[in-house]
Amino acid sequence: MDWTALGLSLRLAGWTVVFLLPVAVIAGRMLAYRRFRAKGLVEALVMLPLVLPPTVFGFYLLVAFGGNSPVGDLWQRLFGDQLVFSFQGLVLASVIFNLPFAIQPAQRGFEAVPLEVREAAATCGMSPARSLWRVELPLAWPGVMTAMVLTFAHTLGEFGIVLMVGGSIPGETKTIAIAIYDRVQAFDMQGAASMSAVLVGISLVTIALTYWLSARVGKRLG
Amino acid sequence: MALEVMARAKGPIPLDVAFRAEAGEVLALVGPSGSGKTTVLRSIAGLWQPEAARIAVNGTTWLDTGARVNLPAHRRRLGVVFQAYALFPHMSAVGNVMAAMDRADEAEARRLLHLVNLHGLETRRPAQLSGGQQQRVALARALARRPQALLLDEPFSAVDRATRERLQAEVIALRAHLDMPVVLVTHDMAEAQLLADRMVVIEAGRMVAGGPTAAVMSDPDALRAMGIRELAAMLPARITERDADGLTRLEGPTGSLFLPGLGDPPGTRVRIRIPAQDVILSRQRPEGLSAQNVVPGRVLRSVTGTGPGVLVHIDVAGHEIVARITRRAALQMDLAPGEAVHAILKSMSVARGQVIRAPDRDR
Repeated sequence: MDWTALGLSLRLAGWTVVFLLPVAVIAGRMLAYRRFRAKGLVEALVMLPLVLPPTVFGFYLLVAFGGNSPVGDLWQRLFGDQLVFSFQGLVLASVIFNLPFAIQPAQRGFEAVPLEVREAAATCGMSPARSLWRVELPLAWPGVMTAMVLTFAHTLGEFGIVLMVGGSIPGETKTIAIAIYDRVQAFDMQGAASMSAVLVGISLVTIALTYWLSARVGKRLG
Repeated sequence: MALEVMARAKGPIPLDVAFRAEAGEVLALVGPSGSGKTTVLRSIAGLWQPEAARIAVNGTTWLDTGARVNLPAHRRRLGVVFQAYALFPHMSAVGNVMAAMDRADEAEARRLLHLVNLHGLETRRPAQLSGGQQQRVALARALARRPQALLLDEPFSAVDRATRERLQAEVIALRAHLDMPVVLVTHDMAEAQLLADRMVVIEAGRMVAGGPTAAVMSDPDALRAMGIRELAAMLPARITERDADGLTRLEGPTGSLFLPGLGDPPGTRVRIRIPAQDVILSRQRPEGLSAQNVVPGRVLRSVTGTGPGVLVHIDVAGHEIVARITRRAALQMDLAPGEAVHAILKSMSVARGQVIRAPDRDR
């Protein structure tokens, strides 16, 4: 059992959720309420990581993050090390790759808040920020929470992108999914099985948690 | 306090209205559905911006497209009761009321819920309340902001008739506590007449009439869009007793009136809406008629319109009622101003929806 890899995966998933939560709330809310011309295009772009093969997506990110790219160059100048094959690069790739998993459910959540209720919040004297905090988020919460759970679970198991952008550096970019693959390659079926079982366990717990929490929210609103 | 409204737009919803609602006054915006009355209300609230508009309350400008003043909805101090109430589903009744306060004050929220007759249900969520109870919470929430104008968008349309009558009576009773202008949007002319001091009639976005309720309700031109059948006057009365056969006896300005059972205790003061088309006129006091309500009065004036009908305004002990009769009948009866007539009211046609309890007012 590779505890370092598991810890790294959990850290990666945690940071991805932390960075994506505000993105999901802001973008999901905007896509749910606003009508603008390029909306269809934006929605399609957000969905892109869902249909692209992870290795293809990972390849482009690898090129985009590399030392010869503007992003990689800027990163190198700001922080003094390279973005590819680092934990930071992995987090950035994971954030981008998880956009559809975070934004889509959040958007559905905000769409469930009736226009009249939002207007009522405004006529009750609530500023947009206060309305978001006191009325919209509590009502869109099931969607936002689903977004975060999906992102977390999805990051834990991600393989292709991690391998392309991060490689397999122990303690830095070798996540549990990569570790399992390593074990199988080394014919250590026992090790692969125990780590797989741990992932199954974590997945089951997250899904149970989601259902339990949304049932509670449903009861609160019912 | 007074609310001044001017709004014009070419589209997508054409608008051309201008009116003023005084403090403590109920102004009804009436018109057929789709006429733009809700759009006017939304413009006042800041939820919609017409091409050209000026909206001011107590001299404070909320919107002036010419001067590029446009206060966002949350900075306009007003209370809105939405058609479907739009309560916050995740908050209790008292929480909903507190949400509209600048500084949450639970005691004040409970007092407001008391004021709208919602007792003992303060901790319930909207889903656990009936339509009428939700409406009361919405009204309390609208008042919680100490609004400078109160806007009601078809507030009684989503409840059953009995609840509607009770709520309307409560709103009238509540008026004694309100000092801000109230704008009521409704397509129900009876409701507008029962509740409003002044009326503005909107047709296809255009204001076709405006003025005191009694004047608008007896103006055939104003009522063209809503239908001439809506033309009606109001008569005050007091319930005296309930007869064994189900009729309620009331004391009107000129004697007893009989209406189908009203269910209110003796002594209750009411105002009765009398549609002009339900009034029959007679020069002599009629005998042997099935109609029970005969009201003596004098002809004030006759108004001839473009159609075959004539509107005869009759003074009944200082109150004015209107009869819509044919031009031919008016000629044959020689109804000159000052002549004595008897107005015959068909008592069964005065349905319960035409009567409003008016505890402190018999205008």
